[in-house]
Amino acid sequence: MASLYTHRDSNIRKTWLIFTLFLLIIIGVGYFFGLVYQDPLIVIFAAGFAIISSVTSYWYSDKIVIKMAGGIPVTANSNRELYTLVENLSITAGLPMPKLYIVNEDHLNAFATGRDPQHAAIAVTSGLLANLTKPELEGVLAHELSHIGNRDILVSTVVVVLVGFVAILSDLFLRSLYFRGGRNRSSNDGKGAGILLLLGLIFAILTPIAGTIMQLAISRKREFLADASGALLTRYPEGLASALEKIGLDKTPMKRANNSTAHLWIDDPFNGLKKTPFLHKLFLTHPPIQERIKALRN
Amino acid sequence: MNIPTIFIILLAVIALWIVVIYNGLIRMRNRMKEALSDIDVQAKRRYDLIPNLIETVKGFAKQESSVLENVTKARTEAMNTSGTPLEKAGAENQFTSTLKSLFAVSENYPDLKSNTNFLELQRELSDTENKMMASRRFYNNTVKDLNTKIEVFPTNIFAKMFGFQNAPFFEVTEASEKEPVKVQF
Repeated sequence: MASLYTHRDSNIRKTWLIFTLFLLIIIGVGYFFGLVYQDPLIVIFAAGFAIISSVTSYWYSDKIVIKMAGGIPVTANSNRELYTLVENLSITAGLPMPKLYIVNEDHLNAFATGRDPQHAAIAVTSGLLANLTKPELEGVLAHELSHIGNRDILVSTVVVVLVGFVAILSDLFLRSLYFRGGRNRSSNDGKGAGILLLLGLIFAILTPIAGTIMQLAISRKREFLADASGALLTRYPEGLASALEKIGLDKTPMKRANNSTAHLWIDDPFNGLKKTPFLHKLFLTHPPIQERIKALRN
Repeated sequence: MNIPTIFIILLAVIALWIVVIYNGLIRMRNRMKEALSDIDVQAKRRYDLIPNLIETVKGFAKQESSVLENVTKARTEAMNTSGTPLEKAGAENQFTSTLKSLFAVSENYPDLKSNTNFLELQRELSDTENKMMASRRFYNNTVKDLNTKIEVFPTNIFAKMFGFQNAPFFEVTEASEKEPVKVQF
């Protein structure tokens, strides 16, 4: 367990680092914009934007994520078996009971979100509930609870919102450059503007890459870790292993698969598609499911 | 920097380090105590379910009064046993086995078996038993963390100095307790 506590601390540190990086990038971009347009107001606007989106992502990211996935809340009365399963697992893990949601999708998947265990939520798809046996479901839920205990949820949900903002911003930047480029031909600032435009282009390319690196930085290894500590909770690794097997074989496409939330799910929601979309290749955040099953069975 | 200053700085660093170790131990011990009291919460929940269950069974199986009496007696005894959940484990296990015999007897009464109230109580009880197991396991986890911390070097030196002691694990004593409870419908 000691390693889990240190993992949690590193996740909290990572979140602050991401916030700092985010603020620096956005304000930097704003400063650059200010230079291009000779308007210092843009820097102030960028700073305000960065601060507001950081605050939003810290306080509301879980609600935004649940909304994006289309989760329906579960109570003790509406799905008793699922509710007591999670309740008992959270007692074993020593965590408060998270909020529960069902996502109406035939695809087999689940995710956890929230900024801390007191504000955590777990969502499972209806396909998962229909196709897994109780020990398998328990394994999946234990995996998600470990994400909560490890504070993986903090980093990953904050990243959802921040990456979303960065993507919007770089998109805006590219468009504005395009329009400005058109107008620029009649003016005569010549070389200086050309260099600035080039820098701008570099920025616009860099921001989505930065977003991708952020996503990769947070995932991969922690899936293995959550698998392991989830198995420690149920004392029955085979449950999660056979659940992962079923999830891996599942070829039902997910209707609401989304690049910015892909890393939250227990398995890549794009797996259902026959061909991985090109852009999604930038966002591959999950280790191959076969490797995870092998690790669990050893 | 002269030698006294270095000496004072070194002393301050060591003092700070001891404070950190001490606080860590206190935090772990409190976490363990909290986990211990959580076991009690589940046990109380189980006591509260019993009067209702007895009433329901009485309505269908009056002739089983000795079994019912045993359950009531074991419940009172478990409730009256004072001390930590660890010390109460024996009485609780006794209580669990009387409950089991009650459910075994109820097999002979088809009307009782199909009574919704009874089924509901049976489900609640098995859920509470699962929760007791869960809270015991969480307690054992916190004990493991605390004991490890107390025993590893260099914390063990200070743990001994401050009088921290290894906490006992919750052990499954009865052989029947080790097997999963089978509930037949």
